[in-house]
Amino acid sequence: MDVILFLIFAIIAVVCAINVVVQSHPISSAISLVGVMGSLAILYLLLGAEFIAAAQVIVYAGAVMVLFVFVIMLLNAGAEVRKGRSLVVQLLGVPLLIAFLALVAYFVQRLFPSSVTVRFGGFTGGTAQAIGRALFTTYLLPFEITSILILIAIVGAIVLARKEMD
Amino acid sequence: MDSFIVISLIKVLVVFAVLMTTLAYLQWVERKVIAHIQVRPGPYRVGWHGLLQPLADVIKLITKEDLLPSYVNRPLYILAPFISVTMSLLAISVIPFGPRIHVDGYSTWMQLTDLNIGVVFILAASSMGVYGIALAGWASNNKYALLGGLRSSAQMISYELPLSIAVAGPLLLSNTLSLRALVGTQLGGFWHWNVLRGPFPQIFSFIIFLIAGFAETNRVPFDLPEAENELVAGFHTEYSSMKFASFFMAEYANMITVSCMATLLFLGGWDAPFSARYGSSLVPVIVFAIAGLILLYHGVNFERKRDQCTFPVFGVIFLLTAAFFLLPVVQEWLLPLFWFCAKTGAILFAFMWIRGTLPRFRYDQLMGFTWKFLFPAAMLNLLVTGFLVAWF
Repeated sequence: MDVILFLIFAIIAVVCAINVVVQSHPISSAISLVGVMGSLAILYLLLGAEFIAAAQVIVYAGAVMVLFVFVIMLLNAGAEVRKGRSLVVQLLGVPLLIAFLALVAYFVQRLFPSSVTVRFGGFTGGTAQAIGRALFTTYLLPFEITSILILIAIVGAIVLARKEMD
Repeated sequence: MDSFIVISLIKVLVVFAVLMTTLAYLQWVERKVIAHIQVRPGPYRVGWHGLLQPLADVIKLITKEDLLPSYVNRPLYILAPFISVTMSLLAISVIPFGPRIHVDGYSTWMQLTDLNIGVVFILAASSMGVYGIALAGWASNNKYALLGGLRSSAQMISYELPLSIAVAGPLLLSNTLSLRALVGTQLGGFWHWNVLRGPFPQIFSFIIFLIAGFAETNRVPFDLPEAENELVAGFHTEYSSMKFASFFMAEYANMITVSCMATLLFLGGWDAPFSARYGSSLVPVIVFAIAGLILLYHGVNFERKRDQCTFPVFGVIFLLTAAFFLLPVVQEWLLPLFWFCAKTGAILFAFMWIRGTLPRFRYDQLMGFTWKFLFPAAMLNLLVTGFLVAWF
């Protein structure tokens, strides 16, 4: 049951991810990206990380992607026009893609040897309490640094936008 | 295991049927309430006091021609109402309506399922509901619809922040994310409810939640996405028939969800305001009996000729309901259900009351209000709550 669900949603995630690149209209790409986020959330759920799954839906699918869609709607961006590809892209595109995939496969093989197996639902550290404790004890420094980084980004965005207004 | 599946199926059927009926009749109630605020009788023709009006509306909406304009983005145009209605109905599945009940040897909770992240699940479902409106506005390929969609997505993103932060206050007091356990920590009288409970009563948080909830459901005074005097009908301008009805249903389902959430988070869910020792179990009997007697009195001293036969019938029905509440067999599940419905209904009534009284915000006021007042206020409330909970 778990494996079947994993296969279904993994395939949906991959198909949506390819669709993001293939679609010519920005809105369709954005909706496909929402599909990727949603299926990722279900994969988290299958691993027993229910809080992460809900946070994934709220933050990525619900807030970040809504902003994307909002900006696309606001700019009223039309479908992209496909221009002629350069010679470099035509020659090197497919080989480079294959090389990249092979590299990723190699590193996954190296970092996670087949003796480490994933058990669906076996991950029990996914409750809100466990996540909160980990964030505020073990990972306190990265957590705080990330929040300061985001704050800097927000302030920077406001400064840039103000300059343009004057 | 088999009994679990059968019981779950029965519960799903009951909840679905009750929810659908409530959605249809909420519309009737709203029209009646607003009509009486504006001193007119409201729906009166279809059935007694317009009671069959929802049925007539449903038949009208189903049999109308489903128009598909030629200039729309077809897949997204069709997808949008489905997203809207699915996401709004999804949230009901985790809402507990009452405690564990025992029927014929089987015992079950009056709730479809209890997630240990129930509150976050509802927030997630509501945050996905934005897509329905935003995509409907964009896919319609119509400037009014697009403006409505843009306004609603901006509004929902902005008001989601104070909403989520206001929710965090009672969660700190109750120390759980499961809606069932949340009510469990508030049992034992109204002074235990999160809205009044120490160390820091969540009254501010309750008000902020209600205001943000009104905005999330696009209700007056925050109904700018469908401001009819500037935007025709907003994001659903191009929709007709059942697709239009889905948006309508989604709006009412969201209203019900927000009211249920407010009840569960702040008002103690199905808990009676005082214990049965002091006669809280007699309150529904008294309420229904008084309503029945008033109706009987007006049936005898009628103003309109038709009231002569309708009011006594309703009066007798109310008196029978009052008598039904006295049966000890049904009290176990009927009393919690009564309190839950009474609290949720009071908040739903507030929704309608405000629609009948307040004018609409201007757009810049709407945004300024949430970012400059509601968000800092919610943040301050959360900080104070956090400090006091850690202190005591």
